[in-house]
Amino acid sequence: MYEFTYHRPKTLADAAALLGQSEDAKILGGGQTLLPTLKQRLARPSDLIDLGQIPDIKGICEEAGGIAIGAFTRHAEVAHSDVVRRVIPALADLAEGIGDRQVRNMGTLGGSICNADPSADYPAAVVGLKATVKTDRREIAGDDFFTGMFETALEPGEIVTAVHFQKPDKAAYAKFRNPASRYAIVGVFVARFGNEVRVTVTGAGPSVFRATDMETALAQDFRAEALNGIAVGADGLNADIHASADYRAHLVTVMAKRAVEACG
Amino acid sequence: MPCTVSMTVNGKAVSREVEERTLLVTFLREHLGLTGTHVGCDTSQCGACVVHVDGRSVKACTMLAAQADGAQITTIEGLAASDGTLHPMQAAFREHHGLQCGFCTPGMVMSAIDLVKDNASPTEQEIREGLEGNICRCTGYHNIVKAVKAGAEAMHGSGAKVAAE
Repeated sequence: MYEFTYHRPKTLADAAALLGQSEDAKILGGGQTLLPTLKQRLARPSDLIDLGQIPDIKGICEEAGGIAIGAFTRHAEVAHSDVVRRVIPALADLAEGIGDRQVRNMGTLGGSICNADPSADYPAAVVGLKATVKTDRREIAGDDFFTGMFETALEPGEIVTAVHFQKPDKAAYAKFRNPASRYAIVGVFVARFGNEVRVTVTGAGPSVFRATDMETALAQDFRAEALNGIAVGADGLNADIHASADYRAHLVTVMAKRAVEACG
Repeated sequence: MPCTVSMTVNGKAVSREVEERTLLVTFLREHLGLTGTHVGCDTSQCGACVVHVDGRSVKACTMLAAQADGAQITTIEGLAASDGTLHPMQAAFREHHGLQCGFCTPGMVMSAIDLVKDNASPTEQEIREGLEGNICRCTGYHNIVKAVKAGAEAMHGSGAKVAAE
């Protein structure tokens, strides 16, 4: 790693002030992506601002119509939360499937969504559960948060403080994971809110997206069979040594069907 | 720039001046001489470096020493009782020969103990899933799984608590 100056502010205001003072500071969440990046010398921030000592951005609470989760809440806490398990079990399942046990013990919700890895799991839930991302200066609709590969709507120096997820009637997440990294080669989150259905796809494209044809079909007939013959186009999907764009397109339908079946 | 980090490691308070970019695993091995925690891949995949930070298993190669400032750390050296009696999970690894070359063993044992904290009697499948973050390059998983099952029973049966936590 290149050298940096490490900060551990105790309040959000101190963190924001530190971010404002430095030209090239980075926020440190659980560090499960950032630290490996720094170890490979792929980034050279002047300062690391660790948000781990700020109590306001930790924890899970039930609220009208859903759940609010602090940005510095670790994946393991979401996976094991009685509240999440009861109100939105699909979200607990998703968190339980991130990385491995040790990664889940460190990695945070805020870190995951701010990094906006195209293969990360949480983006599928943020869009699928019609979430609102709260920052230290505004609220951003989950639909508008992810703007591209590793890109978000955040402004320089803006800090995510919490994510408010809406409680669906039914939801499930189905993931075809890379067995080594456990990232999603394709992950599909299906959520039903009354007559509305959301089908969100991660891993397949540069950023999470909605499979709108599938949403329309499922809104009329919420069964896996309703997705027969419906596929997303392979154009613009990711292709790498793990899966071609065509294979990813195929997997989207397969995972969507599995998620619908898992909704019960 | 150097900074001072202080934490409790295996029940003892320690404090050292380190570079801010020092990893926890480097701090344990090179500053404290606790070389039982291994560095395998150094890319957060293999789990040879797993230690407990405030009771949770983490990969010490993917955490800064500074992040652990004020924390309670347990390493493989902190498991056995002061008279040398092995922790039940260590004893189970020996009894069931849950190792071949032994390089991954410290991380396997630390992960296994964390796993058993959440699930007192894991099934074989749950053990295999729970140890996803640990790689045995000898592929000696069969006996590792047997050892974890026996270790879980011993920990559960005796109600033994993890030393120094």
